[in-house]
Amino acid sequence: MSNTSLPPELPAQQAEALVRSERFRQLASELRCLVCQNQTLADSNAELAGDLRNEVLRQMAAGKNDDQIKAHLVARYGEFVLYRPTASPHNLALWAGPAVLAATGGLILWRLTRRRQALASVEMQHAQDEAALNQRLDELLNESGGQKKQKRP
Amino acid sequence: MNLRSLRYLIPAALFAVIAAFLLLGLNPGRDPKEIPSPLIGKAAPGFELPRLAQSDALWTPASMRGKVWLLNVWASWCVPCLAEHPVLLQMSREATLPIVGLNYKDEPGAATAWLAKHGNPFMDVLADRNGRVGFDYGVYGVPETFLIDRTGVIRFKHVGPLTPDVVQARLLPMIRDLSK
Repeated sequence: MSNTSLPPELPAQQAEALVRSERFRQLASELRCLVCQNQTLADSNAELAGDLRNEVLRQMAAGKNDDQIKAHLVARYGEFVLYRPTASPHNLALWAGPAVLAATGGLILWRLTRRRQALASVEMQHAQDEAALNQRLDELLNESGGQKKQKRP
Repeated sequence: MNLRSLRYLIPAALFAVIAAFLLLGLNPGRDPKEIPSPLIGKAAPGFELPRLAQSDALWTPASMRGKVWLLNVWASWCVPCLAEHPVLLQMSREATLPIVGLNYKDEPGAATAWLAKHGNPFMDVLADRNGRVGFDYGVYGVPETFLIDRTGVIRFKHVGPLTPDVVQARLLPMIRDLSK
């Protein structure tokens, strides 16, 4: 975490205790720094990240809960600050997309394998029929061969 | 739909989707750093700030009621602000609309010197030394410019330096519309 100064209006002791709290670490790691877009507030050394961390500290000191603090930031910076997007209708594609893709893929796979199986069983039937026919043919040939042998001497 | 047509349709559809995303990514007008502001269409957050290097009465956005105006967030340490400065000066010369400067996390002395050196397009310059007003406006990269209508609603936001193109294509038509 960067060395930007803590919010000056908070008592130093309280601010330091908040910074060390597990709750602050959790919050700061779920919020995005907006200038270094793939870093969390906890990871970023950008000045803006420091300002936003301080805002989180101020809100915590004011007794706000996690949802209120996140809403406070979302109202100003948009949902982009959240690393975990909300499950609201305009995020439907985001949340449902993978499931829809997996379901489509599964359906295609299922239909393909079913067709393969159907084909395979038809082929097996053919093979069985063929084997039976060959056997019958051999029998017939043997029979007729035997008869010829008997007739010819 | 039978499987035979699916065999051709699925790869074609996949290709179309991938191609569309690639095309979108190639669009030169696209800025992946630009984040849509949730403030568009909402009332501009209220605040009270002193004017730059003055300690008299505080300035509030309520004083702009009935006017279409521009709030430009800038700082003397901000290099891209220098790039957009001629555009602001031009709008100020042509009296397009009142431009209020929000001097963001800056030293008043440095800000005053900067304006003296490069020209002052602002009707008023407000000192947001700790950036708290900037926070309320969702400022994440100076310069940022907000277009605010007569009723105090934010209608448009531009992140990054204003260019003559942005002014001509986006800002002026909106200003004309809002001023009717």
